[in-house]
Order: sequence, then C-alpha cells, then structure tokens
Amino acid sequence: MDSRARRATLAAGFLGLALVPVVALVANQPFYLDLFRRIMIFAIAAVSLDLILGFGGMVSFGHAAYLGLGAYAVAIPAFYGIDSGLVQWTLAMALSGAVALVIGAVSLRTSGVSFIMITLAFAQMLYYLGISITAWGADDGMRLARRSQFGLLDLTNPYAFYYVVLGVLVALLWLGHQLIHARFGTVVRAARSNEARMQAIGFSTFRYKLAAFVIAGAVCGLAGALLANQTEYLTPSYMHWTRSGDIMVMVILGGMGTLFGPVLGAIALLLLEDLLSAWTVHWQVVLGPLLVLVVLYGRGGLYGLLAGGDRRG
Amino acid sequence: MSGLLVLEQCLNGLQFGVMLFLMAAGLTLVFGIMNLVNLAHGSLYMVGAYLATAAFGWTGSFLLALLFALVATLAVGMVVEVVALRTLYERDHLDQVLATFGLILFFNEAVAIVWGRAALFTTVPRALAGHVRLLPGLSYPAYRAVIILVGLAVALLLWVVVSRTRLGMLIRAGASNRTMVAALGVNIRLLYTVVFGFGAALAGLGGVMAGPIYTVLPGMGEEILIQVFVVIVIGGIGSIRGALVGAVVVGMVDTLGRAFLKPMLSTVIGPSAADNAGPALASMLIYILMAAVLYFRPRGLFPAVRS
Repeated sequence: MDSRARRATLAAGFLGLALVPVVALVANQPFYLDLFRRIMIFAIAAVSLDLILGFGGMVSFGHAAYLGLGAYAVAIPAFYGIDSGLVQWTLAMALSGAVALVIGAVSLRTSGVSFIMITLAFAQMLYYLGISITAWGADDGMRLARRSQFGLLDLTNPYAFYYVVLGVLVALLWLGHQLIHARFGTVVRAARSNEARMQAIGFSTFRYKLAAFVIAGAVCGLAGALLANQTEYLTPSYMHWTRSGDIMVMVILGGMGTLFGPVLGAIALLLLEDLLSAWTVHWQVVLGPLLVLVVLYGRGGLYGLLAGGDRRG
Repeated sequence: MSGLLVLEQCLNGLQFGVMLFLMAAGLTLVFGIMNLVNLAHGSLYMVGAYLATAAFGWTGSFLLALLFALVATLAVGMVVEVVALRTLYERDHLDQVLATFGLILFFNEAVAIVWGRAALFTTVPRALAGHVRLLPGLSYPAYRAVIILVGLAVALLLWVVVSRTRLGMLIRAGASNRTMVAALGVNIRLLYTVVFGFGAALAGLGGVMAGPIYTVLPGMGEEILIQVFVVIVIGGIGSIRGALVGAVVVGMVDTLGRAFLKPMLSTVIGPSAADNAGPALASMLIYILMAAVLYFRPRGLFPAVRS
C-alpha cells in the first residue's frame, strides 16, 4: 500500500471514530460511545508509551503508574471540593511528569533487563502506596463526586466528553509527529540506534532520554485524568502491573515506533477483550496464548500489515 | 521493644529471604544462561503451591504432596520451555516480556478455572505444627524454622552443583560463551531445557512451602515475582551469589520495616500520623533500597561477568 492509500485509510479511520457517537445515537446503543471513549483514552496512554518505547528504545514496564497518578490528581482535589478541570488536568500532567523525572533519573542509569525490572518495581511501589493510604480509599478506591468542570463545556454530556477525548488524541498525534521530526526527536531516535556514537559527537543522551521519559509520563498522566472522568471512580488498580502490560501489548500489537500503531493496537486489544469476555468469563485463558502467538509470528504489528511491510525501525 | 522480639523478626526476615532466594536463583540462572527474561517464573511458583495444596488434600501426606508438586512443576517448566520459550532465546527482551506476560494471563486464568478465584487455605503438616525452643524465652514456629533450613540447604546444594559437578561446569560454560560450548559438542538445547526445568522446580518448591503460611490464590506468583526482581537487580543480574545476598537483605528490610517502622515513627511524628505513614513507608522500603543501591552500583552488588 503506498503512502497516499495509507493516508486515505487513516483519514477514513478517524472519520469513523468521529462518527461513532452518531452511530451510537441512531442505533440507540450508548454502550458503544462508552467503549470507544475508553479505547481512545487507552490509545492516548499507548501513544505516550510508544514515544519512549518505540522511538526511544526505553522498555518501560511501569507506564500504568502515570495513568494512576493522573487519576489521583483528578479524584483527590475533587474529594476536597476542587473540581476545576483546568487545575485537575494541569496537576495530573505536572504530578506524573515530576514522578517520571525521579523514576527516569534512577532507571535510566541502567539499560536492558534492569531497566524493565526497575520501571516495573517503581510502578508497583506506587501501587502499594496507593493501597496503603486509607484516607484516599486504600484498595477499595473511591467514587469521583463530580466530573472535571470546564465552565460551559459539560463532561457529564457523554457526546461532549467523547469529542474532548477525540480532540486530545488528535492533538497528541499531531504534536507527537512534530516532536519526533524536530531536532529533539531526532536525537532521541538516534540515541536508540547508536547511543555511543551520539555521545561521541557530543550529545548528552541521558538528558534527552530523560526529557522524553518525562514527556511520556506527563501525557499518560493526562490519559489517567481522562480515565478517572470516564469511570467516575478512583482505584489503585489503575497502577497495577497488568495494566502496564496491557498498554505495552497495545503498542506492540499495533506496531511500535509508529504513531498510529498504538491507536490501532488499543482498538484491537480492547475490542478483542470485549468480544472474548462476552463469550466466556475465562477469556484470559484464550487471550494469553494468543499474545504468545502474536509475539512469535506477528512481526511489525497491525500498522505493519496496513503499511504492507515491516515498519519497525 | 525487646531484644527477643527483634531476634524473632530477624528470623522471619530470614525465612522470607530464603523464599525469595528460591525464586531468584532460578530466574537469575535462566537469565544468566539463556538470556531470557521470564515473567512467568511466578506462575510456576503458583502452580507449585496449588498442586501441593491439592495433593495434600488427596493424600493427607505433606511429603507426598511435596514430591508430587516438585515433579509436576519440573514437568510443566520443561513443557513450557519446549513449546513456547525455546524460540524466544534469540529474540529481544521486549518480545520475551510480552510472550511471558501472555503465559501469566493463561496460567492465572487456568488456575481460576480449576480451583476458582477464591483463596485456598491449607494447614501446616502436623509434624511441624509446634514450636521449637531456640533460646530461653524464644520459641519459633517449627514450620518456619524448617523453611529456613531447607532454603539454606538448597543454597548450599546449588553452590555444590554449580561449582563442583559436570552439569555445573556446563552451566558456567554456557553462561560465559554458549557458541563455544555448542561447538564443543554439548547438546545445548537439552542443557537449556534441563536448566529451565530445574529453575521451575525451585520456584515450585518455594510455592509448596508458601502454601501453608501465605494465601494460595490466582496472581500470587506476581506479587512475589516483583519483589524477586528487586532482589535480582540489587544482587546483580545473572549472579547466584548476588541472588542470595539480595534475597536475605530484601527479606530482612521488608520484614523489619513492616514490624518496627510504625512504632519507631510514632515516637517521632506521633501515633496518629504514624498509623498512616508507617505502613505506606514500610511497603516502599525495598524499592527505596533498590534505588539507593542502583545509584551507587548501577549493575548491582555482584555484577555477573558476561562475554
């Protein structure tokens, strides 16, 4: 498939996403609105992970931590009566960015397997922290009293909320495209393919990688803020390591090192979960081996199939 | 707090440490030799715990249950290696993480199908139900004492096998240069399967011993697995000696933190603040320790030499 055909396919895909509310309204199936909003929120998280995983070569297995931090940044102010969306969402990005700075500063001293294990361990540490704070719901979690308030824009209207999430996703993809092709993104990608050479020509690759790590964390924090509004519930299980695994699967399934791949991956994984769970409560017994097969035989992900070749690289 | 109480908590820490070591030894061996990150190692621990609990129920003999579970986890480990993991050795770590993540989903759900999602409870075997008197005024549960002894015995046995036998020689050779070992005519695929099965049986042994003192439920493997990662990162990936030191340190710090952090904090910041901060800080302690170790020694305390 050449690049024009691919562009047309992608445009059709986004048009499809934009029309989901119309279809849901006509078919009187509000469930689909909810499902696709959830899918897009996870797509935002997956794209943010791909910024460091696919483009930066940093295999972070603790990305759900930022999802949880974003959710806490919405639910805790709301608990104390502060429900301004501007405050909450800014806090979500600042808090997850700051935590990513600390985790990144320690983890990026290592690489390879240690990096995978350390990011996982830090995320799990935050999970245990979440379940031990009884004032904020401990492991039962707590209900969100009100969705984030944005003046005239009312997130309790499911359609308005849907288009806000879609808007965030499109904006992220556009900004991500700019970032990857800017000088900063070029340095990060170059550091993935040959770090020693980048250091030899005078780049402090550590700083660039850390900055990318912080950006990815902050964006995922925003996804967490959206997720708290979506479920109207806060639970430490947003930070559970299986959630990090899910986000990572979305990236790989869709095609890492591409911007649209993670979106496809989120759509595919969550639709598959939805289908399988309608069929049996033990759907994970099917999903697990399916994942193994995808890893063993499916290279390049769904976006690779769409692009008609191996797009990893 | 009295000295005896501290001593008792130290023994608890050592007991938790040897459990961590049983898991860490297999995981680090598999990584050191096959260069495989196996997230599903915790699943083998869970399988061991479930099979032993079930077999203890059927036969009433803990010893038979132990034997059965050991042989079965060895077999499960070898089958998993041959069916799924063998093709992953040459892949990058990301692929290994994803495939073994898939295996975890499978094992957790398979266990839930057979035994249900609720926790199973099993009892300590009758012969070990009592206490042993270690010092005047200090009696310690016999079962936990046996865990410590078994763990230390396994560590010793592992040292003998790795440094004194032909199999151990092959393992060390495979870790430092696998191509050369294969070129010398060693059946490297068989060696890998044996080592993997061996590591699986160690994890299974940990699971069997964990059954009576912790709860047996789906997902129990991952809870300990992540602590084992901390152990391995602290000890140095691929090093058995590092795994032993890391396991004991993590076991001690975690147990002592949970026991004494809250009372210690309450003398500083007052009892009500300590009620909240104590448990939170205690659960974060080993991760803070890990960050500190990494800051000074990014490759762990005993970095393994790899070619």
